[in-house]
Amino acid sequence: MNALSVRALTKTYKNGVQALKGIDLEVERGDFFALLGPNGAGKTTLIGIVTSLVTKTGGEARVFGYDIDRELEAAKACIGVVPQELNFNMFESPETIVVNQAGFYGIPRPEARRRAERYLKQLQLWDKRDKAARGLSGGMKRRLMIARALMHEPRLLILDEPTAGVDIEVRRSMWDFLREINRQGTTIILTTHYLEEAETLCRNIAIIDGGRIVERDRMSTLLLRLHTETFVLNASAPLAAAPRLDGYPVRLTDDHTLEVDVSKEQNLNDVFGRLSQLGIQVVSMRNKVNRLEEIFMRLVDKGVAA
Amino acid sequence: MSTLAETVTPEPLHLGRIRWIGFKTVVLREYQRIIRIWTQTILPSAVSQGLYFAIFGSLLGGRIGPMGGFGYMQYMAPGLIMMAVNINSYSNVVSSFYGAKFGKHVEELLVSPLPGWLIVSGYVTGGLVRGVLVGIAVTGVSLLFTHIHVQHPLIMVGAALLASIIFSLGGFLNALFAQNFDQVNIIPTFVLQPLYWFGGIFYSVPLLPHWARPISYLNPVLYMVNAFRYGFLGVSDVNIGAAFAIMVGAAVALFVAAILLMERGAGIRE
Repeated sequence: MNALSVRALTKTYKNGVQALKGIDLEVERGDFFALLGPNGAGKTTLIGIVTSLVTKTGGEARVFGYDIDRELEAAKACIGVVPQELNFNMFESPETIVVNQAGFYGIPRPEARRRAERYLKQLQLWDKRDKAARGLSGGMKRRLMIARALMHEPRLLILDEPTAGVDIEVRRSMWDFLREINRQGTTIILTTHYLEEAETLCRNIAIIDGGRIVERDRMSTLLLRLHTETFVLNASAPLAAAPRLDGYPVRLTDDHTLEVDVSKEQNLNDVFGRLSQLGIQVVSMRNKVNRLEEIFMRLVDKGVAA
Repeated sequence: MSTLAETVTPEPLHLGRIRWIGFKTVVLREYQRIIRIWTQTILPSAVSQGLYFAIFGSLLGGRIGPMGGFGYMQYMAPGLIMMAVNINSYSNVVSSFYGAKFGKHVEELLVSPLPGWLIVSGYVTGGLVRGVLVGIAVTGVSLLFTHIHVQHPLIMVGAALLASIIFSLGGFLNALFAQNFDQVNIIPTFVLQPLYWFGGIFYSVPLLPHWARPISYLNPVLYMVNAFRYGFLGVSDVNIGAAFAIMVGAAVALFVAAILLMERGAGIRE
């Protein structure tokens, strides 16, 4: 049984905008799944339909086998959602917010208080549990929404841009936390604009554009499709001009920095060997752009061109 | 595709338990809100109704003379208590639910497994709680000015609860349709206030000119106030059975309307 099955899902808003044009999607249980797409692609509409915040126009959706048309309560009991926009009462304290949320899912108050302590501590919010939520920092507010979504220990956790506006240190700690939640068995669907985040965390991926799924594959398989990667190399000594490396396009971007395009059939050892022969010592190297970002842009651009 | 599996066995779903605890949580959250901002929810009515008693009762009431066989202050007291109960029930639900819409935290409830009828019931019970708390406070204030005897306690309690439910449901419908804070205030100011002033709080219907009496009987507040007054004083301008029939009918109609609109997602879902 899949955590999420969506068939021929369509949504046309009152203003005539067709946000979803017949989406088919399956997410296996236990997966860490990336749902990517440009702004306005239909990601939030799809999540909205699954969580019942948006009324679908056509098609069907099942959450762990529960049909959202016929067994909506059971389907919703399986889902925890972290929306893109902050949507808690800013005048309430974090502890009140998460304990009440647990109550909406039928968790008795004493158990809700135990879980509140556990999740607020894990997400480093316990010291702020009695303060009004409006006084929390941006990162704390994001973590509060994650804690709130976990209070009923959902089987499917949907995260819509959970790390937007969060500094890198907090983001990394949130990644570790989400990995652990997923390792314990929670299926996670993640939408994000940080493609490094999707590449680091997710095993499977779908790319949505213009209301349609334009790609659906394993992350590793998708990344293998990248034919050429550009590497940025930093030289130990200044260079007067870009060296000639047969078969490798090379550009000198400043006197210490080279950009080298390497295709799948070529290898980096060869590049380093040739540079050594020319007396050029490389002290550091990085990808010019995130690999997933490159594939994403190609797929989305193709969609626009079509 | 990899074979993935959950390591945690999910607990079986008990929808009945989810609903009961969910309902209690909605009510408790409303209660916490009422108590947290008691200077906005409880105190103003106690003060304003105290002023009514002081001005209309003590200063002017002595010159008006008895009404319905009772002193004017005693005659007016049940209506003023009822007005406070109803206005507070209405404003509690409209401000709380619209505030949740405006702040988007209504989504906490909408994504939860609680059905629409239960969310409506939770908010209405919250309105009822505030109505009762304010009713107790205003009754306490009225005791500073006059003696209150309760002739028919069940009728008094029944009328207060039914009227509170009706106004809470009215507040819920207002909040569903409201697109901004102006629309939250329009109904209380331009509809409810006139209905109250012409709802028999300050006068008995036979005192009105002949042409105004039939119009007065179209006012639903007249039935609520008179049923409540009958519970206290044993006098009424309307038939008590008819008053309760109208109140029950209105409560059922408004509850059904609120549930249908919730299920359709009117004003809350795209």
